[in-house]
Amino acid sequence: MARKLPHKDVVIVGLGWTGSIIANELCDEGLDVVALERGPWRDTATDFNIGYAPDELRYNSRQELMLRPAQTTVTARNNAGQTALPMRQFGSFHPGNGVGGAGVHWAGITWRFSPADFRLRSHFTERYGAQVIPDDMTIQDWGLTYEDMEPYYDKFEYLAGVSGKAGNLNGQIQDGGNPFEGPRKREFPNPPMMQTYGPTLFAEAAAKMGYKPFPIPSSLLSRTYTNPLGVTMGQCTFCGFCTNYGCANYSKASAQTTVLPVLMRKSNFELRTLCEVLKVNLDSTGKKATGVTYVDTSGEELEQTADLVILCAFMLDNVRLMLLSGIGKPYDVSTGTGVVGRNFCYQMANQVVGFFDPAKYNFNNFIGGGATGMAIDELNNDNFDHGPLGFLGGGSTRCAPIGAEPISKRPTPPGTPAWGSGWKKAMRDSYLSNLSVGCEASSYANRGNFLDLDPTYTDRLGRPLMRITFDFPENDVKMSAYVTKKVGEIVRAMGAQQAVEYPRTGPWSTVPYQSTHVVGGTAMGADPSTSVVNPYLQSWDVPNVFTVGANVFPQNSGFNPTGTVGALAFRAADAIRSRYLKSPGPLVHA
Amino acid sequence: MTRTRLAIAAALMVSAASAVTTPALADDQDFTLIERGRYVATAADCVACHSLPGGKPYAGGAALQTPFGMLVAPNITPDRETGIGNWTEEDLRRTLREGIGRGGKRLYPAMPYPAYTRMTDDDIHALWVYLQTLEPVSNAVEANQLPFPFNIRLLMAGWNLLNFEPENFKPNPQKSEEWNRGAYLVQALGHCGTCHTPKSALGADDNDRALQGANLQAWYAPSITADKRQGIGNWSVDQLTAYLKTGANHQSLASGPMAEEIQNSSSKMTDADLKAIATYLLDQKPPEGKAPAPLAADDARMRTGGAVYTDTCMACHGGDGKGQTFLFPTLAGSGLVQADDPATLIRLVLDGSRAVATDDRPTGPAMPPLGWRLTDADVAAVVTYIRNSWNNAAPPVSTGDVAKVRKTLAEAN
Repeated sequence: MARKLPHKDVVIVGLGWTGSIIANELCDEGLDVVALERGPWRDTATDFNIGYAPDELRYNSRQELMLRPAQTTVTARNNAGQTALPMRQFGSFHPGNGVGGAGVHWAGITWRFSPADFRLRSHFTERYGAQVIPDDMTIQDWGLTYEDMEPYYDKFEYLAGVSGKAGNLNGQIQDGGNPFEGPRKREFPNPPMMQTYGPTLFAEAAAKMGYKPFPIPSSLLSRTYTNPLGVTMGQCTFCGFCTNYGCANYSKASAQTTVLPVLMRKSNFELRTLCEVLKVNLDSTGKKATGVTYVDTSGEELEQTADLVILCAFMLDNVRLMLLSGIGKPYDVSTGTGVVGRNFCYQMANQVVGFFDPAKYNFNNFIGGGATGMAIDELNNDNFDHGPLGFLGGGSTRCAPIGAEPISKRPTPPGTPAWGSGWKKAMRDSYLSNLSVGCEASSYANRGNFLDLDPTYTDRLGRPLMRITFDFPENDVKMSAYVTKKVGEIVRAMGAQQAVEYPRTGPWSTVPYQSTHVVGGTAMGADPSTSVVNPYLQSWDVPNVFTVGANVFPQNSGFNPTGTVGALAFRAADAIRSRYLKSPGPLVHA
Repeated sequence: MTRTRLAIAAALMVSAASAVTTPALADDQDFTLIERGRYVATAADCVACHSLPGGKPYAGGAALQTPFGMLVAPNITPDRETGIGNWTEEDLRRTLREGIGRGGKRLYPAMPYPAYTRMTDDDIHALWVYLQTLEPVSNAVEANQLPFPFNIRLLMAGWNLLNFEPENFKPNPQKSEEWNRGAYLVQALGHCGTCHTPKSALGADDNDRALQGANLQAWYAPSITADKRQGIGNWSVDQLTAYLKTGANHQSLASGPMAEEIQNSSSKMTDADLKAIATYLLDQKPPEGKAPAPLAADDARMRTGGAVYTDTCMACHGGDGKGQTFLFPTLAGSGLVQADDPATLIRLVLDGSRAVATDDRPTGPAMPPLGWRLTDADVAAVVTYIRNSWNNAAPPVSTGDVAKVRKTLAEAN
């Protein structure tokens, strides 16, 4: 029997980006808030010493900041006809663990989704006719518009100090920015980062070909910045250790560098680390949550009652908690009915590696950052005519030198011997003279891709693991082939002697890292028959439960997700503050 | 609300400081008087010594390491058995003004009575009334943990004879009311000299060198005079006020004992009082010592130090030593950096520190400890380098200087 703890107004599960943003907003409202975090406390001052922060063995090879499979893992399979097996080492994606979550080890690329993204099915239907959407493609509208999101994108960008150049200010297209983006009310809080040689060359070549290159919007800061909460961040030093690492320079936006210094000072906020939530408790009606049950490191089960339960864990864990707690109807792949677990999507990570003449080119890839670089958006989403192409979607194309980690970076052209003097020579020749251009592309929902509870495997606490059933749909593979070929043209135009194209192809493998941009499973929307939460991220079934994370995306855009996740957190917090607290209950009546 | 209260309290205090003695208010439950007492306790930073981290405020403190041995600040809550519940106001007055506690017990000057002796009777009265409102906490503290013969309190009678005479605060009629308010806060309540004034061999303040910097508990508290090289003479009143209020200004961030002072005391003081302190301090102009010639850039120590700086320090503090405002201190032109005594500088490199977080500047960034990866020779070189770059000039630091600080830190940990 779980020991019952004193009541709180709000319990938040997971203290990463979304948990800390919402906790801070609700504390400002005067509520008594407790956050339960399954991992340890992490802070720049105590955990990311400049002397060991860029330790590749520790943070990349051994993944110190990531979830340990022994804590919990997932099972995976490509289709419902297979038996899923557990991931015993995280490969394809890296769930975070500890305060700050995956936002500690992210790269920092901070997009807004495009206006068409939020009404994707309507948009394609209007432009091409309903027949262009394949029967098994379950893409849908988000239940809100870009205009609804704009103020919250703005809030997140100013919180994080995003460095970039607006491409559209109040409908006026701006030189040097992304001309395809939705209108912004104001400029980025900070100017774009400086560009190194590689991205400069990419931008020149792309511009000559008629593309409109612009600097990647970056949450690695271009200058010292004090955000609206009063927290100061530093200028990025281009050390090249962002993805998989914590930032020692206070330069990469994370909960630690933007919110926690303020949140942790608040007397109405309490954080309990190393506490794993087992389930959300519902009352006898099943329509109201009474709180959560969790287990601490001593193994004791504790019950935290609260008026509001907000699931802000990693997206897979949010979906799993909904399933374990019986909130919402689970998706049934055989009938296509039910909603929880439906529309699980990923992102198509495509890449072209250029090998240049080592006598003429030195890109010095050691100078880099997860979000420094130049991009084009002509190949993204519906920014080009898909009418004759036989697929939908696209990706953001960018030349972003993220750094050259000495252990894992082994760029050699195809045909290089795997060892010996031939390999050494190729390594020497290409280490400084290779350059990658990526195209992080959309992943559209398919009725065969979903999440559910594994029937066989359990975690250390005896709960079924989350089961991923996923493969790249034919549409996305076709799209990847197309955009990667286009990117190859640019890399050749840059002067590469060899441009090696790596379009993402099936079947999906759990082994090589692709991105942590797994999304969906508790889609948001205006229609309860195809969504789990309403457009304020409130559960249709249990109105005092909200969930905030990429799990509410109905499908994925050709943009990295964090900017949108952060904006949704501010939007949900605003809805709770301005509407829910005045009249607790459903914010939308379907 | 609090701010309004403090402002009222401050207004009252300003008038008190102009040496007009207002009659003591009879009502011990007088709200304004209690709040004023709270403010006196805050400005005097009583809580810093008389509390344990995370413990009940004023219920007795942590051990204070003095050159003569260990002292522990006692419980000053009104508990009858273990606190000051049996004291009279006169007992408190004698403690503060004469260094003689209840029953004639001689105090050690770790309790800064050489500063508090200048407190006005009104402030002592307000403090007394405030202390009576605290929750009595039962916590027996053995204050005197000094070794023989220093544990003989009567010795302090002799010490006082040589080093101490009760005195009143003496306003300077040539100066403004604000200046005099600042002088009172610095000399009496704030007891700034306890850390920042050099000590004689007997541990008494060397008032001829008041506020010119002193070494205490393995920290060098730098000069807080208008000395342009080793002090804060390049700061404006507003910049110093910002530092005291928020823990950070255009150049510096407070850490170590000063972080505690800001957290407990000056961040909670009124802007007017902080401005008064700044006005007074920046008017303290010691004879400028002759700046040593900076080491030549091609000096071997400078070249080694420059290499260590590039590898280890430059990412935050910049190639120009300018740092990043409110995050990484500016080394160029810093008084602490150029102080004759490099102990704090060495200590920061070896052991790191965390800047104070305040409501206005909540970031609380850290200087990471680097002693685990830098040798004494590396540290000596890099410290020498920053003391002699960007127009800084200060004597070089030897490997032995670093070894000494490393040893002190190892013993303290």
